[in-house]
Amino acid sequence: MPEAAPPFLIYLLGALIVPFLRGRFRQVFALAIPVIGFVNFYLIDKGVHWKVDLLEFELILGRADGWSLIFTHIFTVVSFVGILYILRDNVALDLSAGLLYAGSAMGAVMAGDLITLFFFWEMLTLGAVLCLLARRTPSSGRAAKRYLLVHVFGGVVLLAGLVLHLAAGGSTAFDKIELSGVGPWLIFLGFGINCAWPIVGAWLTDTYPEASVGGLIFMATFTTKTAVYVLARTFPGEPVLLWIGVAMVVLPLFYAAIENDLRRVLAYCLINQVGFMVVGIGLGTTLSLNGTAAHAYCHVLYKALLFMAIGSVLYRTGKSKATELGGLVRSMPVTCLFCCIGALSISAPLFAGFVGKSMIISATASGGYGTVFLALLFGAAGAFLMAGIKVPYFAFFGRDSGLRCEEAPLNQLLAMGTIAVVSLLVGTLPHQLLYPMLPDLSVSYEPYTVGHVTDQILFLLSCGLAFVLMLRAGWYPAEIRATNLDADWLYRKGGPFIYRLADKSLNAINAAVARGFLGRFVPGVTNFFESGGPRLACFVMTPLWAIQRLTPEETDAARHSVFRRAKHGAFPIGITAFFAVILLGLLSLLMRF
Amino acid sequence: MPSPKPSPGGKSAPPAPRKYFKLLVAACGFFLLLDLVFRLTGFDKHPYLKWEQWPGFYGIGAFAACILLVTISRFVVRPLVKRDEDYYEKSSSEPGGKSDA
Repeated sequence: MPEAAPPFLIYLLGALIVPFLRGRFRQVFALAIPVIGFVNFYLIDKGVHWKVDLLEFELILGRADGWSLIFTHIFTVVSFVGILYILRDNVALDLSAGLLYAGSAMGAVMAGDLITLFFFWEMLTLGAVLCLLARRTPSSGRAAKRYLLVHVFGGVVLLAGLVLHLAAGGSTAFDKIELSGVGPWLIFLGFGINCAWPIVGAWLTDTYPEASVGGLIFMATFTTKTAVYVLARTFPGEPVLLWIGVAMVVLPLFYAAIENDLRRVLAYCLINQVGFMVVGIGLGTTLSLNGTAAHAYCHVLYKALLFMAIGSVLYRTGKSKATELGGLVRSMPVTCLFCCIGALSISAPLFAGFVGKSMIISATASGGYGTVFLALLFGAAGAFLMAGIKVPYFAFFGRDSGLRCEEAPLNQLLAMGTIAVVSLLVGTLPHQLLYPMLPDLSVSYEPYTVGHVTDQILFLLSCGLAFVLMLRAGWYPAEIRATNLDADWLYRKGGPFIYRLADKSLNAINAAVARGFLGRFVPGVTNFFESGGPRLACFVMTPLWAIQRLTPEETDAARHSVFRRAKHGAFPIGITAFFAVILLGLLSLLMRF
Repeated sequence: MPSPKPSPGGKSAPPAPRKYFKLLVAACGFFLLLDLVFRLTGFDKHPYLKWEQWPGFYGIGAFAACILLVTISRFVVRPLVKRDEDYYEKSSSEPGGKSDA
C-alpha cells in the first residue's frame, strides 16, 4: 500500500500551482486536489507520522487519532464541495484561497505539537483574508483588514501564552493543558477568539457576510471548527467553557431575529451551533466530547449547505438581504429544495443534525445540568426558527420581491446536492458512517428511539407553528434595513476613536514642540551666537562713542562696522589686544582672591 | 403574478403562509396527543430529566422559546442596538451585494 502524504502538503502545493494554470486545465487540477486528498485520507494509519526536527524542538506534522481524523475527514469533504461550488468562475484567487485555507485547517488538526499548531493557526488567517479579498468590493477589502487585525491580535495573544507556558516549564505537547497561570489563560483566550466567544468573537458576524460567495463556505467551516478541535484537545471538561458555551448558544439568536442580511443571520446561528460544541467540551464527559465531534461534523454539512443556497441567491440576484428578497422559489426551485434540506438538517430526524447535536443535549440532561439543558433547548428552537425557517422563508417564499433570475449554475447545484446526500446518509446511517469515526468508541448512543423522534418532530413543528402564528398576528418583527450594534463596535468605532485621540493628543504635543522649540528656541540660540558678540561689543562701545561725540550717523556706521567685522571675524588687532588685556587683568584680579 | 412592491422604507411585512396552516396545526395536535398517549400508557421514552416526561414538554417548550426569543429581540434588543444602515461606513455607495461573478 502506498504511503500517505501529509494532507496539508497536497493542498498547499495545489494552492501554489493553481495560479500558474489556465482554463479548463486549472478547473480539473483544482478539483483533483480534494479528490487526491480524499484518497490520501484513507491511506493515513492511526499513529504519529511525519516528525521534523527544528532547533531543539521535534515538530509532529501528523498525529492521526479519532479526534484529528474525523475533523480532517469533514474538512476534506467540504474542500471538495467548496471547490466544486466555485469552479465555474475559475478565478485563481478564489481557488487558491480555498485550497490554502483547507490545507491550513488540516495541518492544524493533524498537528501533534503546539508549535506546528501555531504555524497552521496563523495560516488559517491568511486563507480567510484571501476569501474576503476574493469578493473584490471596497467594503470586503475593509472587512479583510478588520479580520486581519483581530486575528493578528488573537495570534499574538496565543503566541504570548505559548511562550509563557513554555517558559514556565510547560511542554510543547498538544494535549490537555491545566488552566492555571497566565500562559495557559492566554492560550485559552487565543483559542477563544477564533472560536467566536461572546465579545471577542464579534469579528465573525462582522466580516463573514462580506466574504465572496464561495469563500464563505470555507470560512464557515475551517476557523471556528479548528478552534473547537483545539479546545477539545487542550481544555476538555473546563467548567468555564460550559457557561461560555451557553452564552454563545443563547445571545446571538436575539441578533439573528432582527438581522436583515440573511448571510449574517446564518453567521449568528453558526455561533449558536458552535456554542453547543463548546458546552460539550465544557462538560467533558465521553458522551459530550463525542457529541462535540459528531455535532462539528454534522454542523459543517448543513451550515455549508445553507451558506451555499443563500450564496447562490447572491450569485444570481446580487442580493442577500431579507428586505430585497422573497418568492425566489419560482426562479430557483432546486436551490430552494437544497436550502430546505439544509434547514431540516439542523435538527430534523433522518438528517445529520439530529444524530449529532442530540448527543450534547442528552449529555447535559444525563449529567443533571438542568439549566444548561433548558438553555440548549432554547438555543435549538431559536436556531431552527432563524436558520431553518426565517432564512428559507424570507429568501424563497414570503412576499414576492419580483426578482426573476436563472436557477443556480450546474456546478453549484451539484455541490449542494452532494452535501444534501451526505447529510441524508449520515442522518439515516449514523452507526455505519458517523459513529465509528468518533474519538471514543467505548460509549454507544442511539438517536432513533421512539420517544426522541416524536419529541423532536413535535419540537420542530411547534417552532413552525410559533413562526406562522407570529407572522399572522403581526408580532414577528418587520425586516428593516439597519445596522445592529454588536461588540465589533469596540474596534470599528473604538479603533478610530483611539486613532483620533492619539492624533489629537500626540500630534498636538508634536505641534507645540515644533512651534516652541524649532520655531523660537533654536532661532533664538542661533541668533545669540550669530549676533550676541557684536551686540555686547556695541553695548560696551556705545558710551565710548558718546564720549567721542560721534554723530548718530557715525554711531550707526560704527555699529555696522562692528557687526560686519564680527561676522567675518575681522576685528583690528588693537581692539582684540585691548579686550585680551582687560580679560587678563580680570583674571589676575580673580587669582588674588 | 403577484405585484412586487418593496415598500419605500425598505420594510417588508411578509404575508403569512395560509395553505399549509391547517396541516401544521393538525400535525402539532397529533404529536401532542401522541405524547399524551405515551404518558397515559406509561410508554418509556428513556427521559433523563423529569420535565421530559411532562406531556407536550418539547412542543410547549419550543413554542414558548420562539415567542420569547422574538419578543425580546423586537422589544428589547432592537431598540437598543438599531442604528442607520450606513452607521459604520457613511460613504459606502457601492451596491450591497455585488456578486463576484
